[in-house]
Amino acid sequence: MAKKPAPRKTTKSGKPAARRKAVKAKSKSPAATNEELIKYYKTMLLMRRFEEKAGQMYGMGLIGGFCHLYIGQEAVVTGIQATLKEGDSILTSYRDHAHMLACEIDPKVILAELTGRIDGISKGKGGSMHMFSVEHGFFGGHGIVGAQVPIGAGLAFAHKYRKNDNVSVSYFGDGAVNQGQVYESFNMARLWNLPVIFVIENNQYAMGTSLARASSEVDLYRRGESFKIDGEMVDGMDVLAVKEAAGRAVATCRAGKGPVLLEMKTYRYRGHSMSDPAKYRSKEEVSKMRAESDPIDQVKSRILNAKIMSEDELKAIDKEIKATVSEAAEFAQNSPEPDPTELYTDVLVAE
Amino acid sequence: MSVEILLPAMSPTMTEGTVSKWTVNEGDKLSPGDIIAEIETDKATMELETDEDGVMGKILVSEGAEGIAVGTLIAVILEGGEDASVLEGISAAAPAVVVAAPAIVEVETVSAPIVSAPVEDDLPEGTTYTNMTVREALRDAMAEEMRLDEDVFVMGEEVAEYEGAYKVTQNLLEEFGEERVIDTPITEHGFAGLGVGAAMSGLKPVVEFMTFNFAMQAIDHIINSAAKTNYMSGGQIRCPMVFRGPNGAAARVGAQHSQNYASWYAHVPGLIVIAPYSAADCKGLLKSAIKNPNPVVFLENEITYGQSFDVPDIEDYTVPIGKANIVRSGNDVTLVSYSIGVKFALEAAEKLAVEGIDAEVIDLRTIRPLDIETVINSVKKTNRVVCVEEGWATCSVSSEISAQLMEQAFDYLDAPVLRATNEDVPMPYAANLEKLAVVNDDRIVAAAKSVCYTGGEQ
Repeated sequence: MAKKPAPRKTTKSGKPAARRKAVKAKSKSPAATNEELIKYYKTMLLMRRFEEKAGQMYGMGLIGGFCHLYIGQEAVVTGIQATLKEGDSILTSYRDHAHMLACEIDPKVILAELTGRIDGISKGKGGSMHMFSVEHGFFGGHGIVGAQVPIGAGLAFAHKYRKNDNVSVSYFGDGAVNQGQVYESFNMARLWNLPVIFVIENNQYAMGTSLARASSEVDLYRRGESFKIDGEMVDGMDVLAVKEAAGRAVATCRAGKGPVLLEMKTYRYRGHSMSDPAKYRSKEEVSKMRAESDPIDQVKSRILNAKIMSEDELKAIDKEIKATVSEAAEFAQNSPEPDPTELYTDVLVAE
Repeated sequence: MSVEILLPAMSPTMTEGTVSKWTVNEGDKLSPGDIIAEIETDKATMELETDEDGVMGKILVSEGAEGIAVGTLIAVILEGGEDASVLEGISAAAPAVVVAAPAIVEVETVSAPIVSAPVEDDLPEGTTYTNMTVREALRDAMAEEMRLDEDVFVMGEEVAEYEGAYKVTQNLLEEFGEERVIDTPITEHGFAGLGVGAAMSGLKPVVEFMTFNFAMQAIDHIINSAAKTNYMSGGQIRCPMVFRGPNGAAARVGAQHSQNYASWYAHVPGLIVIAPYSAADCKGLLKSAIKNPNPVVFLENEITYGQSFDVPDIEDYTVPIGKANIVRSGNDVTLVSYSIGVKFALEAAEKLAVEGIDAEVIDLRTIRPLDIETVINSVKKTNRVVCVEEGWATCSVSSEISAQLMEQAFDYLDAPVLRATNEDVPMPYAANLEKLAVVNDDRIVAAAKSVCYTGGEQ
């Protein structure tokens, strides 16, 4: 599947030629096997149900602090993760629950972290925004907007240092894209040809500020041009389009020709966090996006249209996932709070 | 008229240099821009150009002569048609007033003050020592750890090809190659974060900041990314790395390049903060820092880089983190300090001895974790303490020590703890003002006399 990246071209006026543009899934759908479609459906549905449950539990006061839901954006991490292999590293911002589910981390320990319990993946000491799993190649969970970008470049640096062909995927949003450290990272990543895929999850709102109100260049896939990083805009609501673009990006990085920049056009249905009423956009805008572009519905239609599964079989999957999430919620509520002695552990690593 | 060529100061901390090579001979014709000599400074070898039209009249310092003070007359150029007889009787003269003398160290020999009664860690009997500069000790520490562990690498601005803005990474590129000695762009925030990422995946970066003043651009990664992640991950994500570079005032570099950040970093749980003074401690503690599985902020001092100390000839010599050192024992008053403050404290102790006050000097070496026990044990003996710090007093390491002493050693104190620190102003540039701003031995002496109730400031 690996395609060589298009050679960099400039037009007579000296302006860079347009980069590869989005492949519109609806007109030209990339191929996927039946198993893949079912897997993506299950993964995305798990994310959706998990986040809905997290939202409910937040409302019940079982989850404290900030809680940022990924509902609507599921195709992005699902499609990218499908192209990764053992040893690759990923990291993202504080909107991290689904990225962990994509890494096949047990929903129980994620939800137990959200409730601040000892069985949480960080023993209840990290919370929603600060979760990690070395075992699953998930390096956070970063609460400072943009900080994960140089760290992601550092993970890629380590892959290169160790001379393996693993890649690092650094996810960040359309808000983080205006942070200076993002460009410091772009510069070093190209300078040293690091195997890092910079994934901009452009959900179009940085908290309450729309992209156009905060960004002088709204074509975010072009933000790497000054650093000679090829960028591509991708329909981030279509898991197959995401997967195809990510496949190319991963191949480029594994071949030692990274970094690559992918702009995923996506949309979050909920507010920035649980406490955001999202008054900066119309209800119509949200419902239109849900009705026309929902990533889960798209895969569901494909499955039904190709008669891979029946409506009833899909309902069974839904039921199964609901049960998994309920079980996780049960676990997260029943797990005890950390022992007071945990207050003092893990500050420093003992030599 | 003949033109006198004085040995120029070629860096803010240069007090002396070596004429490594004369590129012209006596009698050679000179034009502006001609290179007449190569001067080795504390940081680099630099070419000395002339601005004159004329003839090299007399060379007064021989090639290779070391330790020539800045401002020394090293050559005389004759202007066109001038007679060589004007050169009679001229010889290499040491400067009457030293040019560009660093205000803080007051032009002195590069050797450290005499430690009158060192109470060092127990070293094996028959240990031999090599005299070396702090700069060399730091370099050796990195080189040794890089030989021992392939996961250790060094990155920062000018660390590779330039061999360090302060020459601390000399020869590392040559020995370890560009994959392990990495020149970064001027992008502190970015490369600090990149280093954190590399450390999270198990590598052991040594990230050099050209100075810690520039690390303010990177402080988010040092604190939010490096220091807190082990805790936030429930002990899963380690960050075994060292952030190092010169900290505190250098000489005549003004407010933005002269700040001490020890207390800033010492404030943060999850960090280890080390600020050694002697070359032996610099070597032993930097090695310990690199071996340590935690993020370490390692604060060096530019003025001490060129100072020489005895370093034990012990293989894989390390100094334990979190252990203070009594560098001079005494009974009357305890002077607690770290980094270059130790030098000022030792100088003050010498002066106090003349006045019959027997001062004990403690070099904290590590700021976090703080070895308050050693300080308290000293207080039990002396009952009087002056904290010495080349930095501001407010919310300083000195403040912390005095608070802890009040909490834990109140009954042993016969006088309030005093802080001898820099003045509470941004560092001025003017030589006289800078000298006034920085703590010195006389201020420490006055504070010590005060806590001993024998005069001095109250």
